[in-house]
Amino acid sequence: MIKNKYLVVYRKFLHTSFASELEYKTNIIIDTITSILSLVGSIFLLSIFFQNTGSIGGWKFEQALIIQGIYTILNGITNTWFNPNLREIVTHVREGTLDFVLLKPIDSQFFISLNKINPSGFLEIILGVGLLFYCIKINQINVSLSFFILCLITIFCSICILYSLWFFISSTTIWFVKTWNATEVLRSFLYIGRFPITSFSFSLRIFFSIFIPIAFITTIPSEVFLGLNQLWKIILQIVISCVFLFTSRRFWLFALKFYSSASS
Amino acid sequence: MHKLFTLLKVQYSNMLEYRVEIALWAISGIIPFFMLNIWTNNNLNESININNTMLSRYFLSAFFVRQFSVVWVVFSFEEDVLLGKLSPYIIQPLNPFFRYFTQHIAEQITRFPFAIIIAFIFFLLNPESIWIPNLIFLFLSIISTFLSFLIQFLIQSIIACLCFWTEKASSIERLLFIPTLFLSGLLAPVVSFPQYVKSWIYLTPFPYLIDFPANLLSGNKTNISGGFIMQILWILLLLPLFIKIWSEGTKKYTAMGS
Repeated sequence: MIKNKYLVVYRKFLHTSFASELEYKTNIIIDTITSILSLVGSIFLLSIFFQNTGSIGGWKFEQALIIQGIYTILNGITNTWFNPNLREIVTHVREGTLDFVLLKPIDSQFFISLNKINPSGFLEIILGVGLLFYCIKINQINVSLSFFILCLITIFCSICILYSLWFFISSTTIWFVKTWNATEVLRSFLYIGRFPITSFSFSLRIFFSIFIPIAFITTIPSEVFLGLNQLWKIILQIVISCVFLFTSRRFWLFALKFYSSASS
Repeated sequence: MHKLFTLLKVQYSNMLEYRVEIALWAISGIIPFFMLNIWTNNNLNESININNTMLSRYFLSAFFVRQFSVVWVVFSFEEDVLLGKLSPYIIQPLNPFFRYFTQHIAEQITRFPFAIIIAFIFFLLNPESIWIPNLIFLFLSIISTFLSFLIQFLIQSIIACLCFWTEKASSIERLLFIPTLFLSGLLAPVVSFPQYVKSWIYLTPFPYLIDFPANLLSGNKTNISGGFIMQILWILLLLPLFIKIWSEGTKKYTAMGS
């Protein structure tokens, strides 16, 4: 019964946001070109790095492409779901419309996280998956059921970590009101997820494993993809994503206690 | 001139209110440092004949140039058009783009201390890369950074004027941002590009946005007169285009709700 309610509401969300996005049709075409160019650009950058060297951080060019593919998928997911929704939190808090969200007989985190959808990110997801298929071919990876399941699990965990990071930063809006730029900082940090974590210096590697676990977001799924799956890493990733999800949930409920609606 | 100065003062006090935001903006520009880390950590720079110190100076300069040439006029303009705020500005006897222009300059002034702090931290971590640029080169690089800012401001203003026709111009800006990001030298110096790109890239405005001013500031080799000539040529090309599209667009403009 309860599950059903959420499904029905989500279908309505999809409907309304598709309708409003389709109002700007030329935008969709331009966004399509943008995401293709963006992938071409990052492969170009990668090819510059590999111009005179066989490997960076122990990753060959063909292997580094996997990271690129996973990054593209995750970026597409970010652009489709996280970015349009979590940006709205800032507007909700600033203009006091969060009151309306809280008054609705539905979980506020659900409403805030899934209210909108931006279909232009879909193409990035498709491009990323396509690139991964190409990588399977050039790296001669044996596809088996367990490989497939492990890949899905690790990518799913990456999505959870990514979502928690976004949601965590956006929740701080309740205190600071304008965290629009803080998400921009997160975005620029996430940018390094395009490269294997081992290509950075030791101190940065530590930073990006502990404080902002970018290492876990793209490098581990890529390793699994290559068949270098060390079980402890996968288990660690699952544990970390659970911790992140749980903390972000607690943090949201904690933050709501401090929410004093506009003009009160 | 007097009008501009007053506008600048108003915008500066406006910007001072948003110090935290501007500090965060400054931090979000640190991507060049991550790139530097990849370059030096994998000894990729040996192939392009730039040693570690010079490369770190290059990327620090690229960070600085980027900080002082960031343009977001299209986003403000789009919002003003969509919400109908543009109408009162158009009536005023001053092109509204002067307002945006002073807004950017004021923001750069506010940003300056934060950029200095980041540079200071960078020098603490990499003491061997400290350098004092030659005064002439410092002066030249400031001018070329400003010219780079002007080029980007003009390009974005032209895109912003497309709002009169499409209402959502920011997606075109995001499209144009991709080549800017990859070809301007923010992520990798243009000298490291493969030959087939280098053969045409110097005709586009991109290398003059970050690579050229950053090379001047960091003391790396670059074609000084050629760079300035190309920057000025692009400005001379874009300015009439902007004036044309602005006058066409304002004729087309029907204020929201009318």
